[in-house]
Amino acid sequence: MSKSVLEPSIPSRPVYGELAPRSGKAHLFIADAEGAEAILDMAKTAPDGFFARAHIIYIPKATGERYLERLESLDPGQLYFGPSYEAALPRLRRTLADAHMGLQVYLAGTEGLMGRAMQEATEAGIPHTAIQSEHRGSTARRVQCVHCKGITEEVTTDPFQCSHCGLHLFVRDHYSRRLAAFMGVCIDAEDPGDIPEPVERFT
Amino acid sequence: MAIAFKEETFRDDFTFSNSPEAIRRFPFPFHEDSYMYSVNLEQHVPVRPENTTRSLPDTVFDKTFDVDEHYVAEMKDRELVLAEDPLRCQSLPHMTLAGWDLLELIMTAKAAEYPDLFELHRDGDHWHWINRPLGIEQKFVFMDETTLPYGPMEYITRQTQGDFALLDQRDDNLWMDAGMVTTQADWSLDFDIGMNFFEWHAPVPKAHEMGIFVRALKFLLNIRQGSPARRLNWTLTVNPLLDTSPENYHKWGVQRATLTPENLGQKLHLRVELQTFFRLPRSNALVFPIRCYMISFQDLVTEPKWGRRMHRVIRDLPDELADYKGITRNRELILDWLSHYDDGAPTSPGAWADER
Repeated sequence: MSKSVLEPSIPSRPVYGELAPRSGKAHLFIADAEGAEAILDMAKTAPDGFFARAHIIYIPKATGERYLERLESLDPGQLYFGPSYEAALPRLRRTLADAHMGLQVYLAGTEGLMGRAMQEATEAGIPHTAIQSEHRGSTARRVQCVHCKGITEEVTTDPFQCSHCGLHLFVRDHYSRRLAAFMGVCIDAEDPGDIPEPVERFT
Repeated sequence: MAIAFKEETFRDDFTFSNSPEAIRRFPFPFHEDSYMYSVNLEQHVPVRPENTTRSLPDTVFDKTFDVDEHYVAEMKDRELVLAEDPLRCQSLPHMTLAGWDLLELIMTAKAAEYPDLFELHRDGDHWHWINRPLGIEQKFVFMDETTLPYGPMEYITRQTQGDFALLDQRDDNLWMDAGMVTTQADWSLDFDIGMNFFEWHAPVPKAHEMGIFVRALKFLLNIRQGSPARRLNWTLTVNPLLDTSPENYHKWGVQRATLTPENLGQKLHLRVELQTFFRLPRSNALVFPIRCYMISFQDLVTEPKWGRRMHRVIRDLPDELADYKGITRNRELILDWLSHYDDGAPTSPGAWADER
């Protein structure tokens, strides 16, 4: 089971729920890796014909082909497998630009993917009441370096090294929806060079 | 009363200091010998404390926006910070109206309360602003952004001490949608912009569980035009560094490791934020100025009551709060230094210094 338990509440972090089928003219799914399981679980309670009006944008990442057949068997109106979120982005933006009133958005998978897709959806004017999310799989974090402002994806250890400026950062439990990222802060600012061994905290 | 504006720095050689008058009017934040969070909000009106016999010719609470001897130097420091990092001043597009509200509030208050320093002449929408200490004279059309060198919020807050957050009010919450933040106690406008009241306070320990933010928000949502409120907050800063931003923490953090028993009195500063809250008329936004006052420990203990009390507050501070305020690594050193100024005598009620 890939349902992940997140650490206790951080007031600035979104609360993720469980996807449930809603009535709507169209349904847009954006998921990565184990997020496919959230879609498959939800499908069990979906009414007949639900997926005919669905568009699934799925990025398998390390799960490879594990979920592809099962997603195909849902027989969605549109199904896209992408090699990365960046590659899927033009398609996502086009889909959101074409969206009509009544579109329901379903996000599933890692926090980084959901946060970024949430940004796109809200910027496109989709009301937050029409967006659901369910966290599945890796708890890796997307982290912005507060010093250089560069964002490092898929951070699993604390501390970690900023992929832009190279500073060693600890991950502060503070999340910005606007940036879809946690804050990373220099860990050896007071004692330069005193960098603790990285611990796998977000796996 | 004429103010002698000081030439001083808040970085590099740190020549900042307080005159005896500035020490006397320092907003010492502890009204008793211990500290815990509370919703310590009160009306922002001039204060004449009843619980002191001491005459206070002026206090930092007397004016809508206090101008003191550090004004010109603080504005220079702000200019340096903004040149290095323009993201310290941001305004989401829907906040321009609130920016004009703020500009009007500050200009009218300063011109009325400090007529020898500031003048505002209004002929309909044609305004003429004179800022003598900074040598600025500006004619502009109110509500026409093209007639000012910056947006209205940035323009006026480059001329006003303290950080400023402009909070939009909607959905029974407050949203940090604009701000000028260059003298902050370790929080990032660039990270927090767009967040609601609970979100931007996420890193503060304990207070959420205590229900502090729920009660504070309720109070703030109900602030009405013409009835501003205020509270004090505090932390400790090594060196009189105004820009203790997370952005630059990798540069200034190392200063925390430079305290010794010999230099502590001169290097360690009590940093007090006078936070005020005003409802703005057109936008219905709240403006939240956060004004920073600093005093070195050697100046602080010249008031015996403050020395005694500071010792007791630091001694009894819960560990989580000490951590959050960045005090933990120097706590023993600070306590040892302060203990020489605490003879165990009782202190009088209230925050004001005693008559000597």
